[in-house]
Amino acid sequence: MEIDGARMKEMYRQMVTIRRFEETVWDFYTRAMMPGLAHLYIGEEAVAVGACAAIRPDDLITSTHRGHGHCIAKGGDLGRMMAEILGKKTGYCQGKGGSTHIADLDLGILGAFGIVGAGIAPATGAALSAKMRRTDRVVLCFFGDGAANQGSFHESLNLAGLWKLPVVYVCENNLYGMTVAQSRAMPISDIAERASSYAMPGVVVDGQDVMAVYEAVREAVERARRGEGSTLIECKTYRFGGHHVGDPGTAYRTQDEIEYWKRKRDPTALFRRNLLDQGVMSEEEARVIEGEVEKVIEKAIEFAKESPFPALEEVSEHVFADKVGREK
Amino acid sequence: MREITYREAIREALREEMLRDERVFLMGEDIGVYGGCFKVTEGLMDEFGEDRVRDTPISEAGFTGLGVGAAMTGMRPVVEIMFGDFITIAMDQIVNQAAKIHYMSGGKVKVPLTVRTTLGAGRSSAAQHSQSLHAWFCHVPGLKVAIPSTPYDAKGLLKTAIRDDNPVVIFEDKMMYGLQGPVSEEEYLIPFGEAEVRREGGDLTIVATSSMVHTALAAAKTLSEQGVEAEVIDPRTLIPLDVGALVKSAMKTGRVILVDEGYQQYGVTGEIASVIYEGAFDYLDAPIRRIGAMNVPIPFSVPLEMATIPSAEEIVKAALGLLH
Repeated sequence: MEIDGARMKEMYRQMVTIRRFEETVWDFYTRAMMPGLAHLYIGEEAVAVGACAAIRPDDLITSTHRGHGHCIAKGGDLGRMMAEILGKKTGYCQGKGGSTHIADLDLGILGAFGIVGAGIAPATGAALSAKMRRTDRVVLCFFGDGAANQGSFHESLNLAGLWKLPVVYVCENNLYGMTVAQSRAMPISDIAERASSYAMPGVVVDGQDVMAVYEAVREAVERARRGEGSTLIECKTYRFGGHHVGDPGTAYRTQDEIEYWKRKRDPTALFRRNLLDQGVMSEEEARVIEGEVEKVIEKAIEFAKESPFPALEEVSEHVFADKVGREK
Repeated sequence: MREITYREAIREALREEMLRDERVFLMGEDIGVYGGCFKVTEGLMDEFGEDRVRDTPISEAGFTGLGVGAAMTGMRPVVEIMFGDFITIAMDQIVNQAAKIHYMSGGKVKVPLTVRTTLGAGRSSAAQHSQSLHAWFCHVPGLKVAIPSTPYDAKGLLKTAIRDDNPVVIFEDKMMYGLQGPVSEEEYLIPFGEAEVRREGGDLTIVATSSMVHTALAAAKTLSEQGVEAEVIDPRTLIPLDVGALVKSAMKTGRVILVDEGYQQYGVTGEIASVIYEGAFDYLDAPIRRIGAMNVPIPFSVPLEMATIPSAEEIVKAALGLLH
């Protein structure tokens, strides 16, 4: 999968889309226009976009509570995402799942998992399924540094390493599991080191460099597709906001640290400058993309706002799948 | 009708479903090469190979979660949790993931996962290998719970479970694996939500689950010798529960005893008592009696262990108490 200039500009567009979508969600929350909680992906755009650029539409991803970026990078429709976040009938899950449980099988989004680390085993099972059904599909499993301490992480990687499953584990190490710094939660610095315990390669990548993420994931995906098994990729990244909207993220992080990442390590800004410097994108093209993104987001907001809530009767639908398989 | 064991009936169900549908595969500890701790899966790896009969490492959360993911993506996995007590390790994948994914996705994603596990004390296996924890799963919307008491039911319910597009937890009583019973050679399925009247009677109703059905039938025999005819009714599935059949029987007899091997406190008998009170209150001549396992961790010492499990004597005593 060669990345040409046009593709890079699309990736930039995706990063801007994620950034602006998340900022919009933030705005809605702070104006009390959204229920529940949102866990924003601002600052981590390069991971989702770089990784998803390396897979096919028919490959699968599993996501997390901090999953809007993954869904957008996998082709999610902003209107349906916004509607889901608002609990509307027109949302991806008919309002039943909310921000942390968005799923769309048509896009290959198996689902976002709201229990930290819980998606790792199902992602591994989806890879087992792909292998058993003799497809060459690959599963990208996103999870954070916090999840890398859950039992399910270790159990899943053990199984994936043992059975050589076509799953690429993408650890988004943003240095904090909610409010607890990675250094206070595990005795090692590079989560990728754990890969060797499970007989798979472990790769550390600059998670703010979208092309570096793309390259690392691409290589791992090709490995998986060739039947050579899984890889653990650790993307060093950072979330600009707190754990969720409402958490300023300053009680457990220093202002200096936050400012450093915002000023020097903003993945979207870095990619923009990169593309300009390389002559792949002009300033005008950049502004056009950014303007188009604003319009798409406006439409998404309008769509979501005007959509109805689900009818009350729907509360008891979908507890069980309708067809009790009497026929095959 | 030919007679086979509960174990053989389950094996037949697995084999038939695996022959019928190549998406069905098995995962569990010691199920492959060894044929299973209780020898249920003996011969299946030879027939179907390592791909479809997978020995797993000891990681219930991991392989149950793999089952969830495989089920979400077109396969029909049957995961075995060797002792019901170990299911605690896989609770997140069953309760938070499998049970809820269909609902949370607005009906888009299905999880046709079957979890086979065991219950039942009486083998001197002590507190962590003897529990009957089926009540927990009945409490979770999105899960179905089956609890066969005979070889015939074990086969029919398991086949239905595997074909069901929802996550099903099926509890096999480890004390009954050697129990013989009639099993039709013709293919059959037992639908969920249909109780079975094991014995008709007009004087009292005994609702019993799993091996307690046989305990209840033994009690019914003793009672019959004393002129009391008990109706023994077996729900077969707890979710969905055949409330109609239970209420109907209670209305007929007016006296009800509930027997289940889960700990009595907050056990399934509490729910069943409630639905019967709700449906048949005006017809009851006495309060409903519940007999569950004693509210103690299951002890090792044989006389102590046996004292914690509901017995036929207890049921007879309770019945005579209700009638006088």
